[in-house]
Amino acid sequence: MAKSALLKSSLAKKYWMAFTGLFLCLFLVGHLFGNLQLLIPVSEGARDQFNEYALFMTTNPAVKILSYVTYLSILFHAIDGILLTIHNRKARPQGYVSFKPSTNTMWSSRNMGILGTVILAFIVVHMSMFWAEMKFGGLDETVYTTANGEEVKDLYTLTIKTFQDAQYGLIWAIAYAVAMLAIGFHLSHGFSSGFQSLGVNHPKYNGFIKKTGYAFAVLVPLAFAVIPFYIHFVLEKI
Amino acid sequence: MNLTLKIWRQKNADTKGKMVTYQVSDISNDMSFLEMMDVLNEQLISKGDEPVAFDHDCREGICGSCNLQINGEPHGPDRGVTTCQLHMRKFNDGDTIIIEPFRAKAFPVIKDLVVDRSAFDRIQQAGGYISVNTSGNTQDANSIPVEKENADMSFYAATCIGCGACVAACKNASAMLFTSAKVSQFALLPQGEVEADRRVLQMVEQMDKEGFGNCTNTGACEIECPKGISLENIARMNREYLKASIK
Repeated sequence: MAKSALLKSSLAKKYWMAFTGLFLCLFLVGHLFGNLQLLIPVSEGARDQFNEYALFMTTNPAVKILSYVTYLSILFHAIDGILLTIHNRKARPQGYVSFKPSTNTMWSSRNMGILGTVILAFIVVHMSMFWAEMKFGGLDETVYTTANGEEVKDLYTLTIKTFQDAQYGLIWAIAYAVAMLAIGFHLSHGFSSGFQSLGVNHPKYNGFIKKTGYAFAVLVPLAFAVIPFYIHFVLEKI
Repeated sequence: MNLTLKIWRQKNADTKGKMVTYQVSDISNDMSFLEMMDVLNEQLISKGDEPVAFDHDCREGICGSCNLQINGEPHGPDRGVTTCQLHMRKFNDGDTIIIEPFRAKAFPVIKDLVVDRSAFDRIQQAGGYISVNTSGNTQDANSIPVEKENADMSFYAATCIGCGACVAACKNASAMLFTSAKVSQFALLPQGEVEADRRVLQMVEQMDKEGFGNCTNTGACEIECPKGISLENIARMNREYLKASIK
């Protein structure tokens, strides 16, 4: 019984949700450090550095394994969330005439499904804009050789041009900021909730986990959101 | 004070219910909420109407019988109290009060505001006990030393009266606070260790079988619990279950 319980029970769903969610938090940190290279001035070789980094991220075998784990995590996290929502709706077939969850819970904790859907939609759009272009799209014509003698595709120029576009650049930056807001709210509940689900709850550490969660939920999405605006308004035009 | 009451009326489990509006007058501030309901029922009986059915027993906050959803919150707007301990001074003259049964698939309505909470009994029966042979050689419980901290936490978990407010308050109608309290009260004591793995696995299995929703850590249960049962218990159950599952 024990083994099957770990796959099917209500608690198993919590473990998977927490485990994949916390792993995706780590992914966010890694992704953010990569993105911060976009803040480097064009004149200081930003194009070569970013493109070499992009080449490394798409070809290194270890990163490749990590990226598959990330895709699986997103998939598991989303499917688990959908199953959870369906199951939980069924648990109260007849609703209340008057129900005041705002008196005892945070908005984000009650709307993880909606926030998650927004985030999933963002991931699809985001990946089709950059990742798919890099992998399958029109970037083949932009292969060039860097100062190190490596042949790379020019993801840097695509990224910078997207957000510097006179017509749509600012709209994209705002759309990305909205998605980051959704991620921020999702994290404000998800980060500490993940620890609770895995059984990490102790009066001594709860305050620290909660505060770290809030700091993470504000700082990481904020840093992500700033980059497109920086590219649009501050970075020299290419 | 004079009040307008909107109350869920349902003849039995098979009929459809509806909200019915009643007026009550001259309600004293010092009355408990259930005394106010008694006034309404006497009024209904004297008119030859069917009184409103609601659960109650000890009326001092220890039996866990009373269970009304009042203005969108289990046991009403006050914190740390059951419906019988809620005083009418928490309301104002002229207020409209909406009174509903606790809603969950696992808590079907029997009549009006009375719901069937035997799902909790079945969860308890699935493992919420310790087996002790009473053959005459039973060891004195006090001969086994228990850390003070664990004894206290076990006692706090054991103060759960099984009223079902956690399920009623949860947007997912999850019973994890109840189940975790019943798991914790034994998991923290040496007497409960022998059956620890079997207990948590069976109680969670029964909880899932009863059709309760899944916990998403919103924390509504902890806030609405009349006994202040902590979310720490759910985390402990998560740990106990993980430990028992991988063995």
